[in-house]
Amino acid sequence: MSNNVSRRHFLAGSTAAAGALSLGGASAFAADPLKVGFVYVGPVGDFGWTHGHDLGRKAIEKEFGDKVETTFVEKVAEGPDAERVIRQLASSGNKLIFTTSFGFMNPTIKVAKQFPDVKFEHATGFMTAKNVSAYNARFYEGRAVIGTMAGHMTKTGKFGYIASFPIPEVVMGINAFILAARKVRPDAEIKVVWVNSWFDPGKEADATKTLIDQGCDIITQHTDSPAPIQTAGSRGVWCFGQASDMSSFSPEYHATAILDVWDNYYVERTRAVMDGSWETSNVWQGMKEGMVQMSPYNERLPAEVVEAAETVRKGILDGSYLPFAGPIKDQDGKERIAAGEAMDDGALLSMDWYVEGVTA
Amino acid sequence: MSPDPGLLNPAAWKIEPRREIPRSLLYATPLLAVVLTVIAGFFIFLFMGYDPLLSLYHFFISPLLTLYGLSELMVKAGPLIMIGVGLAVGFRANVWNIGAEGQLTLGAITGGVVALAFWNETGWWILPLMCGAGILGGMAYAAIPAFLRTRFNVNEILTSLMLTYVATLFLSTLVYGPLKDPMGFNFPQSRMFSDSGLLPILLEGTRLHLGSGLAIAIAVAGWVLMTYTIVGFQVRVLGQAPAAARYAGFSGKRLVWFCLLLSGGLAGLAGTFEVAGPIGQLIPVISPGYGFTAIIVAFLGRLHPLGIILSGLVMALSYIGGENAQVVVGLPQAVTGVFQGLLLFFLLASDFLVRYRIRRRAIQAAPDGQTQAAEGAS
Repeated sequence: MSNNVSRRHFLAGSTAAAGALSLGGASAFAADPLKVGFVYVGPVGDFGWTHGHDLGRKAIEKEFGDKVETTFVEKVAEGPDAERVIRQLASSGNKLIFTTSFGFMNPTIKVAKQFPDVKFEHATGFMTAKNVSAYNARFYEGRAVIGTMAGHMTKTGKFGYIASFPIPEVVMGINAFILAARKVRPDAEIKVVWVNSWFDPGKEADATKTLIDQGCDIITQHTDSPAPIQTAGSRGVWCFGQASDMSSFSPEYHATAILDVWDNYYVERTRAVMDGSWETSNVWQGMKEGMVQMSPYNERLPAEVVEAAETVRKGILDGSYLPFAGPIKDQDGKERIAAGEAMDDGALLSMDWYVEGVTA
Repeated sequence: MSPDPGLLNPAAWKIEPRREIPRSLLYATPLLAVVLTVIAGFFIFLFMGYDPLLSLYHFFISPLLTLYGLSELMVKAGPLIMIGVGLAVGFRANVWNIGAEGQLTLGAITGGVVALAFWNETGWWILPLMCGAGILGGMAYAAIPAFLRTRFNVNEILTSLMLTYVATLFLSTLVYGPLKDPMGFNFPQSRMFSDSGLLPILLEGTRLHLGSGLAIAIAVAGWVLMTYTIVGFQVRVLGQAPAAARYAGFSGKRLVWFCLLLSGGLAGLAGTFEVAGPIGQLIPVISPGYGFTAIIVAFLGRLHPLGIILSGLVMALSYIGGENAQVVVGLPQAVTGVFQGLLLFFLLASDFLVRYRIRRRAIQAAPDGQTQAAEGAS
């Protein structure tokens, strides 16, 4: 059976199923809304990573009203299922599809080949194609801010870090945090627990308890659930939220959170598809573009901590503070970056070594 | 008058096994469970404010209306069926391999390593070699609980389950380390296998691969094994009447080894099929829980290989339908889990009611009841 026939059958079926889908493309009829699809790795209610992307989706709806129609599929496993979900979104008329986890990269590229008239946006990967763009945020800039705060706040000089997978982005975050902290407190060290998951509240909470029991008096995380915040807060330990404002989970001890703000990017890319100006790109935006922001500082924080945080944040904004400026030594004490130099994006994006002060 | 308090008293009821269970009823319960699940689903959708008929349509029917949908159903059901058939043989013999997920992971690793070792080489023998390696990997991993059970009498439920987590970590170690794609910016994944390491696609334009077809063949072979061979007979006797099996001189230890190696080998092969089929490379997580879901599939299919084909398809449909309902109707993902839970609940409940009956005790029937009441008053 030829590809065409089976494709037509499939389209006919899904058209009948969905009622009135326009598969001819949104541009043919001005009245048809642009369909935008989202693939999420976690549940929309994770209060972290996926929640942030879902806010971006809502920003699109708010901006364009009934000119868009958005759909999302949540908790999609990074594996064989992803390709089917992405394909399903593409074949049910979505003309712009955001796939919001690294593990969706190869499936996105595969499906994109079969749907040349659909635009794809993949978060946190490195592959692009004619109709696939990549985007990511410089989360490490936020890590430098909270690392500075942690350096001021700690008594024991030990930080607990709940981490997901040792991919460059996570490694980079750990390094940015401790580099900033050691500028304030040179003997500070960081203990990392890997939970091997992006979203596993049970494991994240257990890891938090273990770290606190080992003397860590500041907790931060690179996982997506608010469980570490809840646990740390209940033990009276200061902590930092991840991806979304998590202060409601511990109003007393949630110092601040690094916010991923996808709203502008998502709205811009949607507009680009609407007016036909969409082109493949590969962006890595940070505080300057507003993709990384800090949530409101906790009112119980001492004024000098907030002041130090703001100094770093403004330094990053005006370019005077480089989180990865030398001299940087690795775990073995070997100098990797000389004084006066700074790591470039290429080196950052493939970072697979830890700086001094990390126990991972 | 208040209602008879005796009805609410648990002691007023007793559960007794039925003497004769019609075979037809045993096979009918899974169907009954499916029907009840659909009815319950109707009301759940109604109360959630979705159009119930439309939701059910997109959950259970519209994924089956397209060739692509059917092919995806097979892609998803394939590993469930293969693993389920292997597990069912063991379950019949009271050998509880709960670690198929780990054996699948090991099979994916061994098969994948072969594919990567011959990366960019061509040869018809690469794929069979990968499959052989996958089977051996899964068997070797299942051999650990088999050895511990037969030698030290360690419960295989615990050992096989715990080894699952070891397997996942082993896979992580490999894809973060030696098997990492040299061109992959340090991201945890291997190279994409070259064509000689990928299963042929059966239907152009879909992901239906040779492995999905073989899964059905394997289920049929499983049926032949259980029905027409001496080993199958021994397995059934060991499960139903261990003492009789001993008197007959069947070696319990040998059967434990057989069951674990068979189920491990099939899980390992399923793992190789996953990496050589829809995934095409090694990544930190290979299976979305196939090894565990296959346990449900095995029981839903009455531990019968042909029943497992059906139950594997039903279970696969619950996943695919769940995704479809999210895309088309906007149902939350949790509905998939609710449906699977309902299905199991109704299956277990109707199973129970087929095997047992609940009877009212004869408390009120004169003497006993009166004595109790009298004692209470004194």
